[in-house]
Amino acid sequence: MTARRQLRGVAPWIVPLLVIAGWEIASRTGWLSTRILPEPFAVAQAAWNLLKSGELVHDVAISTGRAVAGLAIGGGLGLVLGLLTGTFRTAETLLDTTLQMVRNVPPLALIPLVILWFGIDESAKLFLVAIGVFFPIYLNTYHGIKSVDAGLVEMARSYGLKGWPLYREVILPGALPSILVGLRFSLGLMWVLLIVAETISAQSGIGYMTMNAREFLQTDVVLVGVLLYALLGKLADLVARGLERRFLRWNPAYAAVPA
Amino acid sequence: MQREWTIPPAAGLQVQVEGLGKRFGERQVLHDITLDVNPGEFVAIVGRSGCGKSTLLRLLAGLETPTSGALRLGDATADDVRIMFQESRLLPWRTVLQNVRLGLADRGASDRARDALAQVGLADRAGDWPAVLSGGQRQRVALARALVHRPRLLLLDEPLGALDALTRIEMQRLIESVWRELRFTAVLVTHDVAEAVALADRVLLVGSGRVTLDERVALARPRAHGSPAFAELEGRVLARVLDEPPREGVRLAA
Repeated sequence: MTARRQLRGVAPWIVPLLVIAGWEIASRTGWLSTRILPEPFAVAQAAWNLLKSGELVHDVAISTGRAVAGLAIGGGLGLVLGLLTGTFRTAETLLDTTLQMVRNVPPLALIPLVILWFGIDESAKLFLVAIGVFFPIYLNTYHGIKSVDAGLVEMARSYGLKGWPLYREVILPGALPSILVGLRFSLGLMWVLLIVAETISAQSGIGYMTMNAREFLQTDVVLVGVLLYALLGKLADLVARGLERRFLRWNPAYAAVPA
Repeated sequence: MQREWTIPPAAGLQVQVEGLGKRFGERQVLHDITLDVNPGEFVAIVGRSGCGKSTLLRLLAGLETPTSGALRLGDATADDVRIMFQESRLLPWRTVLQNVRLGLADRGASDRARDALAQVGLADRAGDWPAVLSGGQRQRVALARALVHRPRLLLLDEPLGALDALTRIEMQRLIESVWRELRFTAVLVTHDVAEAVALADRVLLVGSGRVTLDERVALARPRAHGSPAFAELEGRVLARVLDEPPREGVRLAA
């Protein structure tokens, strides 16, 4: 039993390890030019050097700060507006059609406009991330509120609940699974948009680090940046899953999901 | 074995319905319902599906407003009337205990909720999520949630409809015993004539939006399903139900 469980813990890592081993061998034997892909060891060394110099920590902190700030602004607005349009008919008639139209514009198509409006400084990056994460959270919040079981609402009303208690006991928890799906989408989009924004122009952050390294043909540093994005994306996903397991533990579908 | 409950039973509510009618758009669901239910009485309403019996119950619960006629519930306050639905309608994100104390904010609420759970035999499941309970257990939690308010009128909208035969009989016994103990007025809507005869003091038949039969059940409690008197009465009511013409449009709507 324990042996099988251990195997199950190890199994997901077998393929990545094989890939890295194959890559190392290919680089060592000269099949793979270091201009295209440096050997894994060199990438690890580059990461270590960047870590020692403090550059890595600084750039990761800057990028994470931008991502979190963009998420807070865009996601917060999306949540508030979704709650409004989901709850109040007036807000829905007034806003929902407009938002559904704007939703069809891909955020990246706004880049020229964003550069014209904000130039290439911090606010441009925040704007891009915020607008990108806004829609998944808005749509899923709105949809979550709309699809709360009407039978439960009727039951709660007949038990004397109304106003905030009704919202807290029935409507918000009922919408939460959907809201968390929106958050998970947003966390994925957040990094994509930040990468694009930092690649266009930045004086700091992971995107700046990689673009800078490209100028000097430091493929290993570029790879460190790419791997960092992968790592941060995975981390964001873990956070989202953690939230789901914490807030949806009543739901048998989430109660025992392995990380 | 008599247990002391934290809240004393309240007297049953008098229900008076006069010429009650309900229309949904073009469809007149209830025509002219006149009905008197005495305090503490157990009334069962039977009828074909779509006859308007559930609508009548929802009118009594205040979930719908009548289009005509009058409805008087004694000196009832909002807390005196509780309804049990066909589905348990438990909040899946609240534990069993939290579900039972829904709408209670005062200090002793949890103790009373625990008491109500003990009354339906689920004291040991207080901390569980509704998802892990069986259908019958969920309905018992829903019953506890209604009982904790010490309702003076308990409305039952086919609450046992989705349960298997054995669980149904268990639940019928449970409902009968809490009703006898707490003395509330009970109105049960069901399509199961045997269930109506087993539980009610009076069986009403609703057809085409009117009360077409009002039959007193004089059998002694607890009632044995197999007894000749029971079978005779059940057969008589069932024959009357089957005599009713099916509602126009039911076939289309079903």
